[in-house]
Amino acid sequence: MSETFEPKIIAFCCNWCSYAGADGAGVARLQMPTNFRIIRVMCSARVDPEHVLRAFAKGADGVVILGCHPADCHYIGGNYRARRRIALLRFVLEEYGFDPKRLKLEWVSASEGEKFQTTITEFVNTIKELGPTPLEEAN
Amino acid sequence: MTKSALVIGGGIAGIQASLDLADRDIHVYMVERDPSIGGRMSRLDKTFPTNDCSACILSPKMADCYGHPNIDVLTFSEVVKVDGGPGDFKVKVLKKARYVDIEKCTGCGDCIAKCPTKNIPDENEYGLKTRKAVFIPHAQAVPRMAIIDPNHCRKLLNDKCGLCEKACGVGAINYKDEPKEVVLEVGSIICANGFNTWDAKISTEYGYGRFANVVTAMEYERMMCASGPSGGHIKMPSSGDDPKRIAFIQCCGSRSEKKGWQKYCSSVCCMYATKQAIITKEHSDVDQEDIFFMDIRSFGKEFENYIHRAQDEYGITMHRSARVASVDENPLTKHLLVRYTDEKGEPKSQEYDLVVLSIGLNPPEGAEEFAKIMGIELNEYGFCETSIYDPLATTRPGVYVTGAFAAPKDIPTSVAEASGASAKAGSHIVDANFEPCAPKEFPTEKETVGVEPRVGVWVCSCGTNIGSTVDVPAVAEYASKLPGVVHSTTSMYTCAQDALKEITETIREKDLNRVVVASCTPRTHEPLFRNACREGGLNQYLFNMANIRDQCSWIHMHEPAKATEKSKDLVRMAVAKVRLLEPLEGAKIPVTNSAAVIGGGVTGMTAALDIAAQGFPVHLVEKSDKLGGNANNFNHDESGVSTVKFLKDLVAKVEANKLITVHLNAEVKDIPGYVGNFKLQIGSEEFQVGAVILAVGAAAYSPKEYGYGKDQKVATALEVEKLIAEKKFKAKDVAFIQCIGSRNAETTYCSRVCCTTALRNAIAIKEADAKANVTIFHKDIRSYGFREELYRKASQLGVRFLRFPDETQPEYDGKSVKAFDNILGAEVSVPVDCLVLSTGIAPEREQKEELAKMLKIPISKDGFFFEAHQKLRPVDFATEGVYVAGLAHWPKHIDECIAQASGAASRALTVISKSELVSEGIIASVNDKYCDGCGVCEGCCEYSAIEIVEVEPGKLRSVVNAGLCKGCGCCVAACPSGAMEQKGFKNSQIQAEIDACLDEALGA
Repeated sequence: MSETFEPKIIAFCCNWCSYAGADGAGVARLQMPTNFRIIRVMCSARVDPEHVLRAFAKGADGVVILGCHPADCHYIGGNYRARRRIALLRFVLEEYGFDPKRLKLEWVSASEGEKFQTTITEFVNTIKELGPTPLEEAN
Repeated sequence: MTKSALVIGGGIAGIQASLDLADRDIHVYMVERDPSIGGRMSRLDKTFPTNDCSACILSPKMADCYGHPNIDVLTFSEVVKVDGGPGDFKVKVLKKARYVDIEKCTGCGDCIAKCPTKNIPDENEYGLKTRKAVFIPHAQAVPRMAIIDPNHCRKLLNDKCGLCEKACGVGAINYKDEPKEVVLEVGSIICANGFNTWDAKISTEYGYGRFANVVTAMEYERMMCASGPSGGHIKMPSSGDDPKRIAFIQCCGSRSEKKGWQKYCSSVCCMYATKQAIITKEHSDVDQEDIFFMDIRSFGKEFENYIHRAQDEYGITMHRSARVASVDENPLTKHLLVRYTDEKGEPKSQEYDLVVLSIGLNPPEGAEEFAKIMGIELNEYGFCETSIYDPLATTRPGVYVTGAFAAPKDIPTSVAEASGASAKAGSHIVDANFEPCAPKEFPTEKETVGVEPRVGVWVCSCGTNIGSTVDVPAVAEYASKLPGVVHSTTSMYTCAQDALKEITETIREKDLNRVVVASCTPRTHEPLFRNACREGGLNQYLFNMANIRDQCSWIHMHEPAKATEKSKDLVRMAVAKVRLLEPLEGAKIPVTNSAAVIGGGVTGMTAALDIAAQGFPVHLVEKSDKLGGNANNFNHDESGVSTVKFLKDLVAKVEANKLITVHLNAEVKDIPGYVGNFKLQIGSEEFQVGAVILAVGAAAYSPKEYGYGKDQKVATALEVEKLIAEKKFKAKDVAFIQCIGSRNAETTYCSRVCCTTALRNAIAIKEADAKANVTIFHKDIRSYGFREELYRKASQLGVRFLRFPDETQPEYDGKSVKAFDNILGAEVSVPVDCLVLSTGIAPEREQKEELAKMLKIPISKDGFFFEAHQKLRPVDFATEGVYVAGLAHWPKHIDECIAQASGAASRALTVISKSELVSEGIIASVNDKYCDGCGVCEGCCEYSAIEIVEVEPGKLRSVVNAGLCKGCGCCVAACPSGAMEQKGFKNSQIQAEIDACLDEALGA
């Protein structure tokens, strides 16, 4: 794998916890790789599996969905639905021979800037290890 | 007729007080002495403990305040006379001559460019910079308009020059301007005069004014600030070199009996010095930063961790018990020799490049004169006289006080109190005849449906917060080429008044129908920019933000090229989405005009009384069988009145109030609903309320240490307090051990109140029996503010203080307490016949977690409720209509609980005093064409906002209740037919963002 590979990662963040956690990372000046772009949604349950598939189809090397911790969801149980949907989606991806490690779901609360930093940093490293998306070659 | 309120002082406290009143449709006059509002906070760089940029969080509030339709701001004005009484004051205000007509001035600066009179020390920059005779106070000034200094203007002094008048394109210069008097009729008055800083020249031993490299903390704040005189680059004043070794000297002007010094503790200096040391480390290449202090007083929320981070992560050295004796300058190198005594009492000295004096807080300038005009009294220190039990009231009825004018205090306390003062002030205005201000009219919204997008993009530098990492001009240049973009520009602070005006005007001039701002986070700034769009005749939902600060420049500080590329991507994504956004309207939500207060302690009762005082019913819910909470265990005097009597009176007031329904032995089962429409469920009963205040308190820590419960000699502070009150305390050899259940491995925070309690009890013991041996074992004595007097008194009475090192704990063998004394450098053994454990405040996390789940609000790491914003929304939650006060928020003293309770009441009043609220426009909607009523959406909606309705026989359709829908979008992702959509987050809009992110060709 070439050392210059810089993954393209889309991060879906819910407005209340993880987007605020990302802001918190900024406020605390926690440094991390630049490889990700955040798309803000109101709740992790707003992330339609179709959005994830579209991101992969367009060449994303990884997709991470960040929501509120279990029982902390601003919308009561949206994160539980996100968890079920993403679990199913990972299964589907695997069935099609696509490494499910490229799709990650994690909980980051509004006060967890540090967890946002480690989650992103680790995910970037994982994707770097996995290499560029196989789909881009197919395109 | 609408009766108004008067707020004196336009700092953060005055701004918050005005906004709270104005949001209740009460008209407000704000009178500010300076030409710009913003006060001291506008001159700060960052704020502790979040390191939020001060200008960034304050600017939106300043803009809100100045632009609020219910607030008339009179800058450069002073109150000269007050007649009348509560409900009917006549206040004479002197509007000083500005020589510039602010109705005409555009703040363009043409006059300043032409003015030949230079080199006048700029008071706003503490003389570190110069200004001209005509000037704009500072870049973020509100109003951002020019003013002429009559003491230097050649035209006004000698009738020569007149260049500025010629330069002004709008005829705003008026040399004949004269002071004018106006009389305001108001129902109540809030004094938010703030504070002055101590004059560092008094401390001749530190050489301020003599040595170039000795600066005050306020000067240093400007030196650190991106909009300051050196653009945020810290330089040694003597040479312009980068300082490598910096010393911060605490308690300059505070905690001393020296002539000209103040006896009290200024409360905020420990934290601000630590903040300055941290920020310096982040931005400059310094080798050594040392803070010299007597006690470190980090008693506030998240403060203790901040101090630990400063030491552990940033390598800042804390010199404890180190009063600096003197500072000397090496005349050749201009380096400074700091002489101090170290923890062991040894004289030491060390050389530094720069010395920062942590100057304390004084009463505001002219406080005595002001007090005479207002007819209010000042206390022995020259601050506004208040009482512990009525901390927001001055000695004149109808006149209230908030912020640092009452005592030195930090920003969140000032903000919470400001809300509180507005609740008090409102009670003299709102009665049966009250006529609320008419709602603000915005220009008619332009037609945008079916019109080709015309996008305007503003890329913000945020001082240097973004600009020092991201190439802002390059991003703006890039944005200008994106499809649909017809206007793209940069700005220093897009949230400043002038930039907002520019957005509004550009929407009209360039016929923009979409706006993108690339700056900070929509969580704090979206409402402000949306408002600017509305002012320009644009639907507020045709706006989008790209977060290139919090989520880019701040987290990629060392990768400017990549951060710039990322910013371009984020702007491209934002533009792609904004092009597809549609105009939305919020639904009108009815409001139940009553409140629930959970918790019947002092905080809960105070909040209930404040709400009831404005004519609204309150349900006060208490889980135990009586009101009073923790205060039931108090037995001491405050302001000369016993807490027992105070509590008895308070309970009587609550019980006599017909608007307050007290529910004792009541367990809250659930509180479903949303802002304006909560259902408070207690037992089998249910009550409709519009807002909820959480005043559930916290518990005294129950000690396991030192054989408590088994050994009769060991007692808690409250138990001893009771014995003393009942005159049953007989022990002769008394030791207090501080920080039991605080500042240890399990509970890292400081419980704030225990030092004061110990001092009070120690004094009482000594006063009853001068021969008693009283020793206080402590880590720091945190008697902040005027409580310092207790520390002094205890010392004078012969109470012994023994500081033990952080990592150790005193030992107790049933007879004596042994501890390592830092000063003696040896183990000390003190015989005791009573050991008092200064137990801290435990959060009662479990109880809070239940409520947190019901109301969907967060809890902090330490187990207290976590407010919406630590600095500027101290009693709010992100969940609207829910507020917090008292110990549920953080350990605090009884006066602080009372003030915060009033603050929470005021915030709740802004909701329940309205007949209806307008909801967010971002809710789910059904496209009937695709919906076949399968019901998947109904099943997944957490709020029962969706109903499957038979629209005609055999034809089912999903219907969304706009009042109940929270706009999470869960149903949208679940809908199998694509009929469900979330307004503002439509599938097509999210896809546009994904595509724009990955398809660089789009923008290139």
